[in-house]
Amino acid sequence: MRIAIIGFGSVGRGVAEVIVAKNLGIRVTAVADSKSGAIDPSGLDIAAVLKNKKETGICGSPDITVSDIISSDAYDVLIEVSPTNAETAEPALGYIRKALTAGKHVVTSNKGPVALRYDELHTLATEHNVQFRYEATVCGAIPLMHTIESGIAGNTISRLYGVFNGTCNYILTRMAEEGLTYQQALLEARELGYAEADPTYDVKGIDAAIKLVILANVVWGIKKTLADVDIVGIDGVTSAAIALAEQEDQTIRLIGEIDPANEILRVSPTILPKSHPLVVRGTLNAVTIETDLAGEITLIGKGAGSSETASAIISDLLFIRDCHGRRD
Amino acid sequence: MKLEMKDSPGQLVSVLTPIRDIGGNILSVIHERDPGAGKDILDIQIMCDIPEGTLEPLISGFRTRGINVLRVGEERFLVRRSVILIGHLIHTDISDTIGRIDSTGYAEVHELSMVMPAINEPSSAKMTIKSDSLKDINRALAILRDVARAKGFLIIEPLEGN
Repeated sequence: MRIAIIGFGSVGRGVAEVIVAKNLGIRVTAVADSKSGAIDPSGLDIAAVLKNKKETGICGSPDITVSDIISSDAYDVLIEVSPTNAETAEPALGYIRKALTAGKHVVTSNKGPVALRYDELHTLATEHNVQFRYEATVCGAIPLMHTIESGIAGNTISRLYGVFNGTCNYILTRMAEEGLTYQQALLEARELGYAEADPTYDVKGIDAAIKLVILANVVWGIKKTLADVDIVGIDGVTSAAIALAEQEDQTIRLIGEIDPANEILRVSPTILPKSHPLVVRGTLNAVTIETDLAGEITLIGKGAGSSETASAIISDLLFIRDCHGRRD
Repeated sequence: MKLEMKDSPGQLVSVLTPIRDIGGNILSVIHERDPGAGKDILDIQIMCDIPEGTLEPLISGFRTRGINVLRVGEERFLVRRSVILIGHLIHTDISDTIGRIDSTGYAEVHELSMVMPAINEPSSAKMTIKSDSLKDINRALAILRDVARAKGFLIIEPLEGN
């Protein structure tokens, strides 16, 4: 199976490293970052590309663009792992459209296109008889989409709720366990690389809300957008509030919840008993699926990170190869 | 509830057993001979806390033991819900906030503990509201959400279980 990786940041490099390290039968024939690209239909020397990226900051030649790669016939699956743009989903949306239309499978970790255009992209993939997969967009390494699609196939899902943002979970864990103030815990998260220099997207609950929008669209086919989610972030939570919850063996976590029958689509700091399965520590994510046959299923795992996100992407890739035929 | 049963030794236990079986808790038992009734009939008034939805099984449990249920008093629930409020709670008139719940007639603020770190910094409070029914608790919480929105403070609620 031949793949083209678009986006060569920590996720793209993570995928490339796994392919170098493991003999999975996957050949990387093209890569591109924001400034350069490389194509070799017989397979790129990925170790050399990674080394080049590390030394020069670019992965290939400035003369080769993403468009050149996407319109080429050098790949079977497009791995779209460029940064998320929550407003327009571009340029990733255009890349994905083009690849699907050309009859190529697409695997992405990019939340923008799935949150904003799931319906269109899903239809496009069906029309061209290819797969469009996005396991890495929600809860990182947790196989949530695979679980819903295959593991509990046949169940009716009534409600989904959980911890969808590792940065917020880290901050709230530290406030609860060490009595840190919000500002102190945020500073610590930044120093450890868990929070961006501008943490707005995480701490205001926007990242968690985008994941809910994806799930609402994918699981229930409800055409919701970010504007439909009731969002309250964690930036107003005080350590005193957490201490008050602790008096009754409870704590506070940022919980995202979809309950279509009760018209609930919200992200908000929520009180939970400390013994609740969703009270996970550090940057972990956790999600509970309420079903009619299987009852409640709770999945816990790492929500971000280079190899964790690569895990989700590789599993999508191998799913395509094993369930939809080798195309090389 | 008021019960009527045959007055014979050991019969009182047969009243208590069905209550125990459904996980109920007896608050008081008054039993007396009704002069108007037959001489071997005993009237019992009993007050108990029972889990939600167990009243019907309890009544049929009495009947199978030959106990007549004469009257079932008002069925009352006690529901508590604690929320955490964060914001300028004092400056936005905490007594008015409490009054908005207490004045409903169906719910009241039962407990309030507050932490005020420093002047001009937001306070945090845990507020427990109690009511006779889940429906009324939810109505009271809806009012509190509106008050929070209007007064600009944050309200953190417990995760609802289904």
